Amino acid sequence: MSNGRFGIHGGQYIPETLMNAVIELEAAYNHYKNDTDFNRELETLFNDYAGRPSRLYYAEKMTRDLGGAKIYLKREDLNHTGAHKINNVLGQALLAKKMGKTRLIAETGAGQHGVATATAAALMGMECVVFMGEEDTKRQALNVYKMRLLGAEVIPVTTGTATLKDAVSQAMREWTSRIADTHYCLGSVMGPHPFPTIVRDFQAVISKEIKAQILEREGRLPDVVMACVGGGSNAIGTFYHFIEDKDVRLIGCEAAGRGIDTFETAATINTGSLGIFHGMKSYFCQDEYGQIAPVYSISAGLDYPGIGPEHAWLHDIGRAEYVAITDDEAVDAFEYLSRTEGIIPAIESAHALAYAQKLAPTLSRDKIIVVTVSGRGDKDCAAIARYRGEDLHE
Amino acid sequence: MSNIAKAFRNGKAFIPFITCGDPDLETTAKLVRAMADNGADLIELGIPFSDPTAEGPVIQEASLRALTAGTTTDKIFDLVRELRKDVTVPMVFMTYANVVFSYGAERFISACAAVGIDGLILPDIPYEEKGEFDPICQKYGVDLISLIAPTSEDRIAVIAKEAKGFLYVVSSLGVTGVRSEITTDIGAMISIIRAHSDIPCAVGFGISTPEQAKKMTEEADGAIVGSAIVKLIAKYGRDAAEPVGEYVRSMKDAVR
Repeated sequence: MSNGRFGIHGGQYIPETLMNAVIELEAAYNHYKNDTDFNRELETLFNDYAGRPSRLYYAEKMTRDLGGAKIYLKREDLNHTGAHKINNVLGQALLAKKMGKTRLIAETGAGQHGVATATAAALMGMECVVFMGEEDTKRQALNVYKMRLLGAEVIPVTTGTATLKDAVSQAMREWTSRIADTHYCLGSVMGPHPFPTIVRDFQAVISKEIKAQILEREGRLPDVVMACVGGGSNAIGTFYHFIEDKDVRLIGCEAAGRGIDTFETAATINTGSLGIFHGMKSYFCQDEYGQIAPVYSISAGLDYPGIGPEHAWLHDIGRAEYVAITDDEAVDAFEYLSRTEGIIPAIESAHALAYAQKLAPTLSRDKIIVVTVSGRGDKDCAAIARYRGEDLHE
Repeated sequence: MSNIAKAFRNGKAFIPFITCGDPDLETTAKLVRAMADNGADLIELGIPFSDPTAEGPVIQEASLRALTAGTTTDKIFDLVRELRKDVTVPMVFMTYANVVFSYGAERFISACAAVGIDGLILPDIPYEEKGEFDPICQKYGVDLISLIAPTSEDRIAVIAKEAKGFLYVVSSLGVTGVRSEITTDIGAMISIIRAHSDIPCAVGFGISTPEQAKKMTEEADGAIVGSAIVKLIAKYGRDAAEPVGEYVRSMKDAVR
């Protein structure tokens, strides 16, 4: 079997035109990941520019209110650009720069990865083009403005469902037409090898920090770590350093949209089947002929018909659990955390918080749950207000 | 010897592509007969996929029209079975890995053999991934067609040595679609191939005019044209058989 497999998942299902590009990327990554200077430079960017390490916050009011397990929040929302996406982007942009690339292209759903990529491009003096589904440019108009402000070109994608999957397809098409000076800065743990591994390694800083922070605070490992899952980058980052700690439950929270018994869902593990798409073998929402389904979630960042191959594998071997959270539940959690802790989470992260609300009361008070708040919710306020029937426009 | 070899016995080959079910399968049947009657040496039949990542806008739109019209893999197998009662020209399917994988690779490839499909082009299956499909293709005598791109460089020799049927030489970077100019040194690519294999080479991506086709076949054994034909189908719809037939005639005349 080919390179970059997680069990049967992963691989490199891409046009021949891109093969030498991913081979070159893998070689460069294998070289730099063990390079002292590269790692020192990246750590400086993480700490001085992105504001790492991010805080592990004990949500005391939420814990008391839910009356069960202790809840800690991993505050990726406090990173520069407001989400975990910056971790991966700083790593890839630095790598691309070392490879002599002068131009970054990226897809974005909610706009968080696009903003992070535009930010890194501005910082490192690189050209930047971001592909974003036209539907998402409307849902996330503020992020479109931010990307342009940062000097990036934003190209609305009108094909298909005009959401994240179409933005990925268009970014891949763009990469096949211009490779020599361009790095495709993929935003999640998906796509062809080596992307799922590279993105995971750069996001693994989340679980590395959680482990050190919780050991310092509680003197032991948590019982549960959880995060929302679209492609799955903040979730794999949250899980990674706990995979070998078999007593730590790993829970990924998928977007059920209007429910997993409807067609308006993006819950890949709960409703999808094995397939090959966007360069990887994994689970996808699709019909009996392999046509990719037009998925739906209120969250533009989770509105994707697939899931990263390492998650598919963690599901297969029963190491991680994947639960589905509806729009309604996520919106409730969005409002709940705002009221209870004074923290407005991204609607993506609210999917993980919604499941924490369900799980915590079922566990005893000596248990510990860590929930990653992958991003902050400023970008979602107008959309949630509209969801609640308020006529608020940015 | 594979049936595909016959396509390269009549001078340089002209290879047209159409998307099955665009605008409907009855029209696809008429188009296949018109192209065969007007000198097509091999016909590439596209099975539409919802998210064709190697295609430009023209074929993306054709895929969408076909799927909207209710085209499915099973209906396309039925169409080919019916066509094979009188159409003898070699035919290959062009589609994406997930269409084959979700149908069941063995079920799909054995059905290809049963209805009379001679080869399979999967643009998202590079050399590294072909092990999943190629042994099944060999078992049923369906050629899994390999592609070589302008970026292939040191991969050309490895790919050429194992290629079956014909070698699809991608003329340019990027996705399918009409180009005013093709700047890649096709001759250089083909001479590397020739050093490792005597397999026929057909050039595709970006070719639309008889002049381009003639120039490409100075070095190559055939020219593949998709988007230019699909544009005619988009324009003429159910009446496309005649203009597409005339176009195929002009292209075959240019390369022969």
